[in-house]
Amino acid sequence: MCDTCGCNVTHGNQHLIRPGGKLEITASGREAVSVLHGLLHENDHAARHNRAHFDSHGVLAVNLMSSPGSGKTALLEATIEALGGSLSMAVIEGDLETENDAERIRRHGVPAVQIATGSACHLDAHMVHQALHGLDLSGLDLVFIENVGNLVCPASFDLGQHANVALLSVPEGDDKPAKYPVMFRAADLVMLSKIDLLPVLDDFDPARAEGYLRDLANSAPLIHASSKSGAGIDSWLRWLQERLESRRAAMPAGGLVADDHHHAHGHEHRHDDSHSHQHHREE
Amino acid sequence: MHELALCQAMMSQVESIAREHRAARVTSITLGIGPLAGVETQLLHSAYPIASAGTIAEGAALLIEATPIRVHCSQCGAQSDALVNRLVCAHCGDWRTDLVSGDEMLLVSVELDKTRAPAAEAIH
Repeated sequence: MCDTCGCNVTHGNQHLIRPGGKLEITASGREAVSVLHGLLHENDHAARHNRAHFDSHGVLAVNLMSSPGSGKTALLEATIEALGGSLSMAVIEGDLETENDAERIRRHGVPAVQIATGSACHLDAHMVHQALHGLDLSGLDLVFIENVGNLVCPASFDLGQHANVALLSVPEGDDKPAKYPVMFRAADLVMLSKIDLLPVLDDFDPARAEGYLRDLANSAPLIHASSKSGAGIDSWLRWLQERLESRRAAMPAGGLVADDHHHAHGHEHRHDDSHSHQHHREE
Repeated sequence: MHELALCQAMMSQVESIAREHRAARVTSITLGIGPLAGVETQLLHSAYPIASAGTIAEGAALLIEATPIRVHCSQCGAQSDALVNRLVCAHCGDWRTDLVSGDEMLLVSVELDKTRAPAAEAIH
């Protein structure tokens, strides 16, 4: 959401700030200050900073969101197995507690930073920024951010990613897009995961799931996949490759832009041992 | 429950605005929130007293204006109201629409009381 050019002012909210409108009329001795900033102004600022950091290294950042247990980590494991030889990846894991998912990823030889959010139900841009201090982006192609398993809150926070992927596993039921419209509206790709379970969970109708997704005016591709059987993984990898290529095509000749983004908080991203941070790293 | 986090982000913005304008206190805060913002306004109202306690905005009224969901149809060009999980064109029924409004999460305005500014500065 842009806070500077006035595009925040829409048909729906312009009546709130029209000169002489009710918000402009104040009691004596009082002053109404028109702000019109996104409520997540600070988060969005940090998200832009993260995005600039990814861009400066030619990295595609993908945010994975879904319910807990819908197969995000399994999808990442399958992706690493398939692409590990050709692309260089890293993973930022978000969970309330434990280092379990990061350890699963590291077993495949891929660096992973675990963010334990404590009681927070979502990742925000500041948490991802912290995690980036433990991750050397040099030479990387892809960074996956595995968000906290939750179909509600993560959708409201920009992390600096280039694309959102929402997983919907067969056991969850085909009406999840209708029940959680904010999340599924934000998805650039929807993956129907665990489709190997369709024969036993035959009340799940993939066409109905797609219908609910289109009702949200979302034209995102819908991939049917199973990390277990390998079905549909090819389509997923093709989508990733295309996104990475178009991301890089958008960069100036030579592939990468100079790492000239500014740090308002007076430090540089450094990755040597003198840089202190409190989370785990593996490089 | 990310509404407390949202409220805290809002308070941080409100406090810096109040400081910038040398206000003694904040008397009201107005938000514009669309149904597609993913924010439960009732929860925002519950979180607000906790987030504002001890700040310059403690006791300030929190006004939340709901913005309507409106879509523009890319097929027939009409604009219409829509439901939160059914953003299709009300005229031709096509799903290929663009959202015109309804996903806002805005700090619209802040009302400041500047009458006791010197005294307030002494306190702080």
